[in-house]
Amino acid sequence: MAGVAPIIELRHVDKFYGQFQALKDVNLTVRTGERMVICGPSGSGKSTLIRCINRLEEHNGGEIFVEGIELNEATSNIRAVRKDVGMVFQQFNLFPHLTVLENLMLGPMRVRKLSKTEAAERARTYLERVRIPEQAEKYPSQLSGGQQQRVAIARSLCMEPRIMLFDEPTSALDPEMINEVLDVMVELAQTGMTMVCVTHEMGFARKVADTMVFMEDGAIVETAPPETFFTNPSSDRCQSFLEQILQH
Amino acid sequence: MTWSRLMRSQSASIIQYLIVVGLISYAAYGGAQSMGYNWQWYRVPQFFWTVKDGQFVWGPLPLGLLNTMILSIVSFVLALLMGFGLAFLRLSKLVIGNAFANVVMELVRNTPILVQVYVFYYVLGPIFDLDRFTASIMALAVFHAALISEIVRAGIVGVKKGQWEAADAIALTRLDVYRYVILPQAIRMVLPAMTSEGIHVLKNSAIVSVIAVAELTTAGRNIISDTFMSFEIWLTIAAVYFVVTVALSASMTVLEKKYAISQ
Repeated sequence: MAGVAPIIELRHVDKFYGQFQALKDVNLTVRTGERMVICGPSGSGKSTLIRCINRLEEHNGGEIFVEGIELNEATSNIRAVRKDVGMVFQQFNLFPHLTVLENLMLGPMRVRKLSKTEAAERARTYLERVRIPEQAEKYPSQLSGGQQQRVAIARSLCMEPRIMLFDEPTSALDPEMINEVLDVMVELAQTGMTMVCVTHEMGFARKVADTMVFMEDGAIVETAPPETFFTNPSSDRCQSFLEQILQH
Repeated sequence: MTWSRLMRSQSASIIQYLIVVGLISYAAYGGAQSMGYNWQWYRVPQFFWTVKDGQFVWGPLPLGLLNTMILSIVSFVLALLMGFGLAFLRLSKLVIGNAFANVVMELVRNTPILVQVYVFYYVLGPIFDLDRFTASIMALAVFHAALISEIVRAGIVGVKKGQWEAADAIALTRLDVYRYVILPQAIRMVLPAMTSEGIHVLKNSAIVSVIAVAELTTAGRNIISDTFMSFEIWLTIAAVYFVVTVALSASMTVLEKKYAISQ
């Protein structure tokens, strides 16, 4: 990936919750089209890190640039970044009072200023892509977890973002539904979308990741391409973590 | 809550209410008999309507009820507007707005509504040239705005954090986040509490009879001072309030059912 322009840059980022330091001097560069998978034990700061990229969390030190825009107090900067950065949550967070189609149309209509017809058309395109066009008129509560997560992915894609963030997208799912979501994510990776995923799905990571990142105690411990990462990680902590999650 | 459970609980409470009312009426009737009260129920209908020269004429009770309704509806609408305003002030990061909202809340919650009505009519009335009807509306609206702001705030705070985050993540403006994501959910959540607040306004409106606003309770008082039929008239007035509030809460239940969201 060297030589390709960076699209996300974190420089010496710190994040505190009161006395507790969740991120410690984090430096990270994501390049256009790169697929990055972040893993690490719980409490290691993976979610905090990814949530700083669209400022759902405010960092307390250092700098974050997304597409050259600095994330700071300026609301216009934050919104500009969010327009181009999609996010998929562990708990789906679909809007329960809106139908699937309305969930997908809200952003395009209010933020991208599309007409109702255009937004509906776009929504149906992306529902097709996540393979649930027949659920358009239903409410989120009527869908299975896997279907809800695919709707959530489609909702982000409807904004036609340049970067997609995934915060443990399969952790809240029943085992039999994990693959339907991962399949959609693999397809998305194949389209060349820049992706940053926090996940423990190492099969998925091996399949799509360009870069693996291992975090512990709020710091990035290891950054490596998957070949090296899985076979020959340089840090002991990373090695023992991999042994634990790859045992089964 | 399922529909059948709702029906069960509502009909159950109506039955309980009727039993209590029945017992009280029975006791009152017994007491009245023993004190030799002269029941004159036959004279009550004329206070609802009369027919003079073949012309249908509304009596003082329906006219009083009409004023009660106008008073309640106008006060409730104003209370809703002010209540939402106060709730947003309290949720905002504006220090002055926050302080203002808190002062209003504390003043309203820690003084009797009767005193508030007097303050609006006898103190603010002459200063701002308010007639009794306007003063009553203001007093009721401010009192209920304070209660409504608590309900609204609870509803907004009750919307899950993930909903704010999802709305933020698709780059909605703050206004759109409230308008399309948070308020629709918050309002559905607090609809039952709002309903009882609406009914509360209607019942509280009786208090403005102390400044002689021509509403239902005042109408009743005037009739009694003419006829001395206190038992019949007060029981009739109670029944009128009861019928109106039950009808209101039943129709709101239908509305709640219609807009319910399953999570």
